[in-house]
Amino acid sequence: MTTVSGAADAFDAKSLKANKSSSRNLFNIIMTTLAGLCIALALVPLVLVLFYVFVNGANRLDLDLFTQLPPPPGSAGGGISNAISGTIIVVAISTLISVPIGVLCAIWLAEFGGDDTSIDEYVRFGVNMLAGVPSIIAGVFIYGIMVRPGRPGYSALAGGVALAVLMLPTIIRTTDEALKIVPQDIRWASLGVGASKYQTVLKVVLPAAIPSILTGVTLAIARAAGETAPLIFTALFSPFRFSGIDNPIATLAVLVYNFAILPFKPQQELAWAASLILVLLVLITSIIARIATRQKTY
Amino acid sequence: MTADTPSSPPSERSRSAFEKGLDRLFEGTTLGFALFILLLLVAIGLLVLVQGWPAIQRFGLAFLWTSSWNPVTETYGVLPMIYGTLVSSAIALLIAVPLGLGTALFLSENFIPLKIRTVLVFMVELLAAIPSVVYGLWGIFVLIPALKWFFDLFGVNFTGPSMLAASLVLAIMILPIITAISRDSLAALPPELRQGSYGLGATRWGTIFRVLIPAAISGIVGGVMLALGRAMGETMAVTMLIGNSNSINPSLLAPGNTISSLLANQFAEAKGIQVSALMYAAFVLVILTLIVNILADWIVRKLEAKY
Repeated sequence: MTTVSGAADAFDAKSLKANKSSSRNLFNIIMTTLAGLCIALALVPLVLVLFYVFVNGANRLDLDLFTQLPPPPGSAGGGISNAISGTIIVVAISTLISVPIGVLCAIWLAEFGGDDTSIDEYVRFGVNMLAGVPSIIAGVFIYGIMVRPGRPGYSALAGGVALAVLMLPTIIRTTDEALKIVPQDIRWASLGVGASKYQTVLKVVLPAAIPSILTGVTLAIARAAGETAPLIFTALFSPFRFSGIDNPIATLAVLVYNFAILPFKPQQELAWAASLILVLLVLITSIIARIATRQKTY
Repeated sequence: MTADTPSSPPSERSRSAFEKGLDRLFEGTTLGFALFILLLLVAIGLLVLVQGWPAIQRFGLAFLWTSSWNPVTETYGVLPMIYGTLVSSAIALLIAVPLGLGTALFLSENFIPLKIRTVLVFMVELLAAIPSVVYGLWGIFVLIPALKWFFDLFGVNFTGPSMLAASLVLAIMILPIITAISRDSLAALPPELRQGSYGLGATRWGTIFRVLIPAAISGIVGGVMLALGRAMGETMAVTMLIGNSNSINPSLLAPGNTISSLLANQFAEAKGIQVSALMYAAFVLVILTLIVNILADWIVRKLEAKY
């Protein structure tokens, strides 16, 4: 881009050296700086969110938090024991429902789907669309089936089913991926020694894929534990201890939502503490999953 | 050796009918569960449509351009919420697309050693893993006070919960989606493209702008569409920050509402025709996100066919 006075001088030794002030090189430096700024800006919120959650949440990280019930609005003390056990129960229900359905669906996609490509495409499209369904719509759907006036009403079971709808696409995708990285040779070897299709899938391919499937399921569980929108009008909330899966139940996520908008300091502190538990859960499972997937062998 | 050779005829060595049946049963069962996913998707759409039907009959299409939501007089319209959904998502995209694409470029090029890049990629992924409700809590107690302090410097009146606060948090939440998918589609490009461009004497950013981005554009646009779908359906953080006012206010510093926030706020206490009206609103949201997601899926598939 630099202008040269005469054609004869055009190829002196100097012109082959990089000219740092030429416009294209300046543009390069500016763009590299901008891209660096982009990632710096993108990570600022992460640092800020983690910082405030850890600082504010640590305030109430005591034994009472795990053993006591939430105090009445306005009074101090208490804990969130019912929300901790509630989150475990609701997520357990959703895992029990979504894992068998999701894994069987993924087995068809990975092992048999190739035989019938048209259905295969529809199912994959369906999984993508299901992954795009807003989380609140999963809540609306289950509200319409299990909660609305004339139906059983708010319950831990309804909350678990709503979460299961959200977990399904994640479990199908991770299981599908996990089955696909099992080498084809293993399937041929199994069929070669006389195993039938279902024996090959259940006794050879699936066990080989179990570690990756478990990683995916763990991540899905951690994400589901933080989901709030599908629970606010299915599982609702309860200030009491667990009293059966057909009753409303407290969860950490809904507790954060309910207590954050209360004007009382003790409740806000409990909301931060509950957030800290949820964030720690996601952080720890993500890091473990990262380490686990790095040691993939094949 | 010869004595051990099985001498049974081929018919006895083939699988029994029972075993063949087991095989078919297994494949059939898994197919059943695969089809169940499609059934579930249809069921979600149908249920919302059927339970919203009384409201659809009563308010008709005027529901879409009526701006009043009044359970007392039983007049319902979702124009302010459609406006809020579209505007908050648009602002979030406006912020997240340049930042997300810049981040993706930075992480797909070799500006810094691979080890540091892996850590940065993981950190960006963590942004997507933090629960929505935690962003909401953080927004209420950290972001809104910070914005208030900022606007006070210029003497601008900022009340707190607003379209701006909700859009900013939305931008943080969708940025990792844009980054992840853009980075994947940039990484999937054949290395010959880059080598060819450098061979012709192009600079790094010349290569990025004239070769890599045009080649990966369908993946990038697909990622942006997916992020848009996510932004439109995002509920908790938005509900906690947008102020939930059911009127259209052109100022970004004023409260607004989105369809998902409306559902989050009102479902638990709704009765009678209000449930139906909320189902109608949910149906509108389903259609909006479905259109965006189908477009995203179509664009991403186009990319896969190309390379």
